[in-house]
Amino acid sequence: MQNIILQATNISKNFYDPVTVEVLHNVSFGIQKGEFVSIIGKSGCGKSTLLYILSTMDTDYSGELMIDGERMAQKKEKDLARIRNEKIGFVFQFHYLLNEFSVLKNVMLPALRLNKYSEEVIREKAFAKLDILGIKDLSEKKASQLSGGQKQRVAIARSLINDPAIIMGDEPTGNLDKKNSQIVFDTFKHLSEDLKQTLLIVTHDPSFAESTHRIIEMEDGRII
Amino acid sequence: MTLKLLIQIAITMLRARLRQTIVAAVGVTFGITMFVTLLSFMSGLNGMLDGLVGNRTPHIRLYNEIEPSKNQPINLSEAYKKDYNFINSIKSNNSRQEIYSANKIMQTLKEDNRVLGYSRKVASQVFFNDGAIDIAGFMNGIDVEAEMLLYSFRDYVTSGNPLDVKNRSNSIILGKPLAEKLMVSIGDIVQVATIQGERFQLKVVGYYQSGLADFDKTQSFASINTVQKILGKPSSHITDIQVKLKDMNLAPKTAKEYRQVFGVSAQDIQAANAQFETGTYIRNLISYAVGITLLIVAGFGIYNILNMMIYEKMDTIAILKATGFSGTDVKRIFMLISLSIGFFGCLLGLLLGNTLSRLISHIPFNSPAVPTIKTFPVDHNPVYYAIAIIFSLVTTYFAGWFPARKASKVDPVVIIRGK
Ligand SMILES: Nc1ncnc2c1ncn2[C@@H]1O[C@H](COP(=O)(O)OP(=O)(O)OP(=O)(O)O)[C@@H](O)[C@H]1O
Ligand SMILES: [Mg+2]
Repeated sequence: MQNIILQATNISKNFYDPVTVEVLHNVSFGIQKGEFVSIIGKSGCGKSTLLYILSTMDTDYSGELMIDGERMAQKKEKDLARIRNEKIGFVFQFHYLLNEFSVLKNVMLPALRLNKYSEEVIREKAFAKLDILGIKDLSEKKASQLSGGQKQRVAIARSLINDPAIIMGDEPTGNLDKKNSQIVFDTFKHLSEDLKQTLLIVTHDPSFAESTHRIIEMEDGRII
Repeated sequence: MTLKLLIQIAITMLRARLRQTIVAAVGVTFGITMFVTLLSFMSGLNGMLDGLVGNRTPHIRLYNEIEPSKNQPINLSEAYKKDYNFINSIKSNNSRQEIYSANKIMQTLKEDNRVLGYSRKVASQVFFNDGAIDIAGFMNGIDVEAEMLLYSFRDYVTSGNPLDVKNRSNSIILGKPLAEKLMVSIGDIVQVATIQGERFQLKVVGYYQSGLADFDKTQSFASINTVQKILGKPSSHITDIQVKLKDMNLAPKTAKEYRQVFGVSAQDIQAANAQFETGTYIRNLISYAVGITLLIVAGFGIYNILNMMIYEKMDTIAILKATGFSGTDVKRIFMLISLSIGFFGCLLGLLLGNTLSRLISHIPFNSPAVPTIKTFPVDHNPVYYAIAIIFSLVTTYFAGWFPARKASKVDPVVIIRGK
């Protein structure tokens, strides 16, 4: 039990638009440290909604969420921001980078916010993360000058910068071609196998899901 | 360290939108420039207009009003003590215009530490002879040195040396329009007649020009001795004592006190020139209103541009929040953006405002009404610069506050889903 990084218990969520729709119904599961878990399911079954709740960005739900032994209920916006900063790395379907900043700065920003190490140490760490993703030589480029696949790898490097307890991805390859998807898959596998990084990835790709430790399948807001 | 990071982010965002930033800052710069220039210029003009009256008007004038005695003989009668006495058509008797025991009053004034100084005066009505015509006017016997010291008499004598009045016997300074009417110039002799009909020849040594033409048309100045001699009065004959106080605002209170203590009439400057104070007040009000309006318009400019920036930067805000920046952090970033636009816009505005008001102060301005001033009057008062800084920071603070709060409330989930 000590090694449980994320525990969701009876998580339900309704949308009122304008009739009440239950998008998630009593979702419960846990993720062990070092586990590589994938979530699959038909479009519209509530995968993204679940991931937003698990990543603490969405607080409008019922049920209980524990991350790294801490209960998320009743936490203030500021504290949740801190938890996202420190414990969660998030990779989106669309490579959300800050276009005004360089690649290196994009990777460094969450660590600068955490303010645990000096800027020089953070710079070194950011280089190391970029090196893992094989894009060290892009560090001085503007984020807007990269290709889609490169951007997504920068986003993964950014999610790693604070050595988070868990990395979550919402269809991180959904917007990429086959070759780039393969690179991203291989990166996640490498993170899991060699660095024992805990991962929770939503995907539509069955072959990718097959290669993870565990598959959670969803249908109409429930786990089956 | 966090603040340093937020400043870095704010600067990067500003740089990415340099043109918009400059447009917003120019709005503030313009507002501040106009504010500083307008107030400096207006206050310079105010100072000049006030000086027109204030500089040469005594704060308190002590004199003897010709009026019927308040103590009529009937009031002294024991028999009618208990009755109301009505007397119609009381006339002033041939009472003297001079101030009684002027020397004692002056001695007291010398010891009063509210008083900056005083000057004596003998004023009399006279006629100036121009051929067959007599022109009515006033002759003021003055203590030239005291007048120069306290009431800038030197400034108003446009030609000739005012000290000549004292140093040369039987000399006179004429109001410029009066001299023109009499067709005399400096060095000429003018004939003066008293009300009693005595005639004297006086030498013109200068022209006096105050800026109020109607006033100048009737005035002339000579030494106290000269006027006393013409009137056939002793050297104790003084009709006015003009007091200048250290603090002009004390005038009404002090005048009241002197009225009781000295038993003379005392008029304070505020009562004598109420309309000038009102004018100054209204002009100040207008310049502040215009200046503040300009700044508020600049504030709306900042507000618009920040709002636009926030719509453009929704993704950035969502990412910052998703990666662990709190709503407060986001708000601070946008407040920093707003305040730095305000700060640098203001700094440049102060500089330009200073330059512009300096330029104005070099523009020639020749008015016969104000002979002492050759260029536009400008008051470079640092207080206006301080007010400008405070106002620009306050307006940009509020202009930034609403957009910044909106940015802090952006829900990253909505943005991320929206893609
Ligand atoms: N803001 C909203 N208001 C109302 N309904 C919503 C809202 N957001 C999502 N939904 C609904 O919730 C359901 C789940 O959406 P969600 O995005 O979680 O699906 P998903 O499993 O991620 O699908 P996909 O695989 O296409 O990304 C959908 O039916 C969607 O229409
Ligand atoms: Mg989805």
